Amino acid sequence: MNTSAANPNLWRASLALALITLLGFGLSYSLLATGAGRLLFPVQAAGSLLERDGRVIGSALVAQPFADDRYFRPRPSAANYDAMALSGSNQARTNPDLRARIDAARAAVAAREGVTPADVPGDLLTASGSGIDPHLSPAAVRIQIARVARARGWPVAEVERLVAAQLEAPQGGCWGRRASTCWR
Amino acid sequence: MTECFLVFALAIALGWPLGRYLAAVMRGAPMRGDRLFGAVERPLYRLLGIDPAQGMGWKAYAAAFLASNLLVGALTWIVFMTQAWLPLNPNDAPNLRWDLALHTMVSFLTNTNQQHYSGQAQLSHLAQMTGIVGLQVVTPMMGLALLAATLRGLFGGRVAAGAAAPGGEADVGNYWADVIRPTVRVLLPLCLVASLALTWQGVPSTLQGGPVAVPIDAAAGMPAQKIPVGPVAPMVAVKQLGSNGGGWYGPNSAVPLENPTPLSNLLEMLAIVLIPVAITFMVGAFTGRRRLTALVFGTMLTMSLASAGAALWSESLSGTSGDVALMEGKEVRFGAAPSALWAAVTTQTSNGSVDAMHDSMAPLTGLVTIADMLINAIWGGIGCGLQQFLVYLLLGVFVAGLMTGRTPELFGRKIEAREVKLLAALVLLQPLVLLVFTAITLALPSIAGTSNPSFHGISQVFYEYTSAYANNGSGFEGLGDATPWWNLSTTLVLLLGRYPALIVPLAIAASLARKRVAPEGPGTLQVETPTFALTLIALVLILTLLQFMPVLVLGPIADHLALRAL
Repeated sequence: MNTSAANPNLWRASLALALITLLGFGLSYSLLATGAGRLLFPVQAAGSLLERDGRVIGSALVAQPFADDRYFRPRPSAANYDAMALSGSNQARTNPDLRARIDAARAAVAAREGVTPADVPGDLLTASGSGIDPHLSPAAVRIQIARVARARGWPVAEVERLVAAQLEAPQGGCWGRRASTCWR
Repeated sequence: MTECFLVFALAIALGWPLGRYLAAVMRGAPMRGDRLFGAVERPLYRLLGIDPAQGMGWKAYAAAFLASNLLVGALTWIVFMTQAWLPLNPNDAPNLRWDLALHTMVSFLTNTNQQHYSGQAQLSHLAQMTGIVGLQVVTPMMGLALLAATLRGLFGGRVAAGAAAPGGEADVGNYWADVIRPTVRVLLPLCLVASLALTWQGVPSTLQGGPVAVPIDAAAGMPAQKIPVGPVAPMVAVKQLGSNGGGWYGPNSAVPLENPTPLSNLLEMLAIVLIPVAITFMVGAFTGRRRLTALVFGTMLTMSLASAGAALWSESLSGTSGDVALMEGKEVRFGAAPSALWAAVTTQTSNGSVDAMHDSMAPLTGLVTIADMLINAIWGGIGCGLQQFLVYLLLGVFVAGLMTGRTPELFGRKIEAREVKLLAALVLLQPLVLLVFTAITLALPSIAGTSNPSFHGISQVFYEYTSAYANNGSGFEGLGDATPWWNLSTTLVLLLGRYPALIVPLAIAASLARKRVAPEGPGTLQVETPTFALTLIALVLILTLLQFMPVLVLGPIADHLALRAL
């Protein structure tokens, strides 16, 4: 069978479909959806940015590094909290480097928070998938409360109250884990 | 567990009406909304210069598929290599090197979305919105078109007003209409809704490049933190819905900006399985054989639940779930069980997006994901999943025919030497490609780029080629794969995994369409029965194990035993 006879417009149609794909299905759809998203949800659309004194100090969805004892520490990051270099460690469970890193982190966290190594929750010892996981398990927040209260000279109960207010309830009451944005 | 139930229940509840709607769209039946959608479609047909009612024989149909792929691919390749000079590049992404641009283009053209680049830093907004999103929209609909044509062929071709296509071939439909109709009437409307839902949950939706934040604690040594944003939500919507999987950000849906909440995680997981599940319902309505849907849906659901259950068990219930490294590569807002479920459904459906790093999961979870991709017909990608299922179905009929001493036939048409030869070539292509490339790469450690030692390194290489051939796109991402060797070898594997798998079933269907239909009698093998479904599942498992058991033992299974010995 003669293919070109059955498809007299094969190349014209192909070129047109290519242009429609990039400019119509791709660009026009993206612009339409982006515009509608900005209109309906301006805060989320901009990246859930947080501002203080008119300056952007971060995003609620991006973890930052903290060193001062007055702050809660986030999860370890394989990308050094660089949101342009996002990455997990991609180390396998059987990789000796992963085990060594976890052991070192466990000793460091236990010493810093004044708890026994066995009490350090796993999420404080492991690098997240994104490198900017802004959440901590409630247990990982709890072991940091005493240190933060001491460094700030605040009563422990006051810090506990603030932490409880930051704790996110499971969505819809049924799925998702209780988690807390830790870094404020 | 709640997530698991919700994902499957919602996918089935929504997939049933969506599948019937899809069938009406692909049949070209009159429907509500014809005036609105027609107003969009008619100018597109005029631009193409085609008549959507014109039938095509299978060769013309395949030629149109290949020619349109060639041109849209070439155009996208050019965009990737010139993006620095084009507008909408707020984060100053440079042009992609030719081999990376080629791999990226082929990877999205084949509906794979394997990524050897990191989108937030290496692609401009324009490249994302035109090349990436455009291909993410059109390639799943091309797969769907090929499936529709194959199904028409299996039942003797379309009996439209014009009867047979020129040249005496059975009329398998009009390729251009088969691509444009479902894009305009199904995928884009769904994507718009999903995009808004994701923005509501926190996925960015802006044309800006994002601000540079000044972090709170200056003592931590990070004076500035760039927050990468952009038109992310529309891309993530079609990434999930179109069995694509390539994320805006490097670590995909693990990134909070791409998947901010447990609810967005649920929605994105639902979007992964929705259309692939709907297609099983489409098949029955499209062919007028309800029992065919029962066979396809029942077989796929059984394998899907088995695979999801195995992943959930391995990651969150088995002995290795107590490992302190459990959360390595995972996000706190999801946790272990939803991440395992995602890993299972994303590999079942040829999607390939991830919400946790597969490299760091338990070795047996890795085994489940690799097995899903090797089978590649547990739902499978849009269109290609069903094509692969039809391959297994034809093989099953052939094997069952041999066992019972009857002439193998499907839907009244005899399967003979020509069809079986084509089937055999397609089935043998998979181990040939995967094992040869894996062996070559492992034999040359300087090009392998494995980041983990020992057995897991073998898994990394095998996973990458398996994912490429299955057009999945997920990876054991520690692999140093942005090299010319990886870019070019996986480009070849991507092409070999896409085009034969879509076109060979069409050729077989067209060959069957020319045969006389024998009426079904008491001697006919009934395929739409639970017995045959179980036979089919056994065949799929045996075939996969026979071909890949040795490499699976050397990779994930040995890795698991090594972990147990730690």
